Amino acid sequence: MQTLNAVRSLIRKDIILEWRSKYAINGIVLYVVSTVFVCYQAFKSVDPTTWNALFWIILLFASINAINKSFVQESRGRQLYYYTIASARAVILSKIIYNMLVMLLLSSIAYLVYSIIFHNPLGDPLLYMVVVALGAIGFAAVFTMVAAISAKAGNNSTLMAILSFPIIIPMLLVLIQVSKNAMDGVERSTSYDELIVLGAINIITVAISLLLFPYLWRD
Amino acid sequence: MNNYWWKVLAVLLLLYSIVMGLLGPVPALPIVNETIRNVYFHVPMWFTMFTLYTISVVYSIKYLSSANPRHDFVAVESVNVGIVFCIFGLLTGMLWANFTWGAPWPNDPKLNGSAIGTLMYLAYLVLRNALEEEQKRARISAIYNIFAFPIMIVLMYILPKTTDSLHPGAGGNSGFGEFDLDGSMKAVLYPGAIGWILIGVWVMTLRFRTRKMEYKNDTATP
Repeated sequence: MQTLNAVRSLIRKDIILEWRSKYAINGIVLYVVSTVFVCYQAFKSVDPTTWNALFWIILLFASINAINKSFVQESRGRQLYYYTIASARAVILSKIIYNMLVMLLLSSIAYLVYSIIFHNPLGDPLLYMVVVALGAIGFAAVFTMVAAISAKAGNNSTLMAILSFPIIIPMLLVLIQVSKNAMDGVERSTSYDELIVLGAINIITVAISLLLFPYLWRD
Repeated sequence: MNNYWWKVLAVLLLLYSIVMGLLGPVPALPIVNETIRNVYFHVPMWFTMFTLYTISVVYSIKYLSSANPRHDFVAVESVNVGIVFCIFGLLTGMLWANFTWGAPWPNDPKLNGSAIGTLMYLAYLVLRNALEEEQKRARISAIYNIFAFPIMIVLMYILPKTTDSLHPGAGGNSGFGEFDLDGSMKAVLYPGAIGWILIGVWVMTLRFRTRKMEYKNDTATP
């Protein structure tokens, strides 16, 4: 119960901090929109497979950039203060949930802009949106822990990319496959296996993050 | 004798699997023909790699609870030797694929999965190089190792099973066991696999002991 309260107030703190400056979220939204526009200028029109792959690649880079900052924007002293008032699990859980919220917002904006600029018919829009939401949550779960690790290792962005790309690839493969199914409007029951795999990867990564973070934060 | 019986056993098992693997009877099958003997060498590489990565993750967990540098040495050397076996597995597989599937790198989920898994463990080594301080390096790389291990299992063993693969036992292909009706191939494959696993562990312990001595030299007061 105490942990839940701590998690809730830490998430509130993150949202308020972000709302005051609006720096990170605006920057990322601008990043997404300009990437979509560059892709549009470069490709003009694409076939459905490329459309789908391009969307996930844009989302992948946007999420890496968004989550990379989550552990370095606050000073060391302030982080120490959080650890004295809340358990390490509450800190990582609040970061994961906050990043999930950011990613959900970001991916819905990306999806809107992308589908308006790059017109492409979808066979099963509802399933596609569910997949985008699951993907956003999964990216947040994986990248938060990797961002914590790379923040401890001096936080250069090369390290973040090296560490996170191999780890995210299984999830990305499943996501591209299911969203392709949704685009083609294939019978939903064919995608259930992949959806279960996605859910399982999400649960496993969150569980491992909760187990490992207490070892990570102390110096 | 008590301590090195398993090293003798490893050499004997390997000799047995090499001799029997090249001379023993194999089922005559179309397309694969005699290259089916490669199963005695290709498959044990992956068994060994998996064993070493498992040892590595177990010692990473041990390190987190004990903070004993020796556990970290075992973890990193297991990954070092495991990567070598992974590369051997990829090479034997590419050789085999060139004969039976027509190209050294067909677009197969298992191939891509193991290549990406290798990237993940190379990233582990890069992460170690990026950290200067020894204790911090050991702790953070142990955390990444534990984090990466379940993803490696998903990549190499779960995803290829759900999609179409050229490998036996996946995507509606029949498993390897169906060709081996009288069990004569299993009688070579499994001892060979145990032999290779023991060799892998042996190399790992040798490297571990070297690293331990270097550590002692570095920390000894002059």
